Amino acid sequence: MSDFSVGVRHRESVAVFDLKGYLDAHTAPELERTFQSNIDEGRFNIVVNFRELSYISSAGLGVLMQFIEDVRRNQGDIKLSNMSPRVFNVFDLLGFPMLYEIFPDEDEAVGKFLNKSEKLS
Amino acid sequence: MAPTNEHTTRSLRVNSRTELLGDIRSFVADAARGFGFDESDVGKIELAIDEACTNIIKHAYRYNPEGVIEIRISETRERGSAPKFVVEIVDSGITFDSSKYSTPDMKEYFRKLRHGGLGIVLMKKLMDEVEYLQTPGQRNTIRLSKYLPA
Repeated sequence: MSDFSVGVRHRESVAVFDLKGYLDAHTAPELERTFQSNIDEGRFNIVVNFRELSYISSAGLGVLMQFIEDVRRNQGDIKLSNMSPRVFNVFDLLGFPMLYEIFPDEDEAVGKFLNKSEKLS
Repeated sequence: MAPTNEHTTRSLRVNSRTELLGDIRSFVADAARGFGFDESDVGKIELAIDEACTNIIKHAYRYNPEGVIEIRISETRERGSAPKFVVEIVDSGITFDSSKYSTPDMKEYFRKLRHGGLGIVLMKKLMDEVEYLQTPGQRNTIRLSKYLPA
């Protein structure tokens, strides 16, 4: 039984990854595979939704660092949303808000890609 | 100098396998909670110990699942200073040379889009003290400590 899962939804041109459970050095390869397969399919607009993620270690942050260059080189981005205070604190301690846009809500992150200022229905 | 009263309260021996990180976190979190830390500090200690063990699995044992990691938790209570929660993690893998390590400048880190090496940065930010104790040819110990807030 895995204590981590990642589901993928598509909202227009944006791929939304729903993370759930515990993201550590054991489970990070699963997120890595999800990034790789989406990038292989030419999907470079990615929102990672952390709503159901209980825990993250640097192994999870490392996956984001691994793909950011490739995604931005292809005019895409990785945007982050719906973090619990505990998960946000890990990103914040390392200064990740310098490199990644972090949104309280997924709609805002998706909207940023779609150049819409109003919330999506 | 005030007398030191340090004793090991709990210990755990596990193999160097990433699937055991959850068990390690639960073990340390229970001990930290029992020591009196609030949930925010319990979370910090849990993460710091996960990072230390991940580095051991990855770098000291290079993912060899037969390696052994021993985690010892002790408490130090000295008169006149805050109670200290100490976690020592011992391995017999490849020694990490902490003298060659310098904490990265995160602005530079992001500018160069580097990855890896964040575990040790987190450990230092999450804990009050991080020490590497090494005797060449012998076992490696990393000692991570946190004081209980008044």
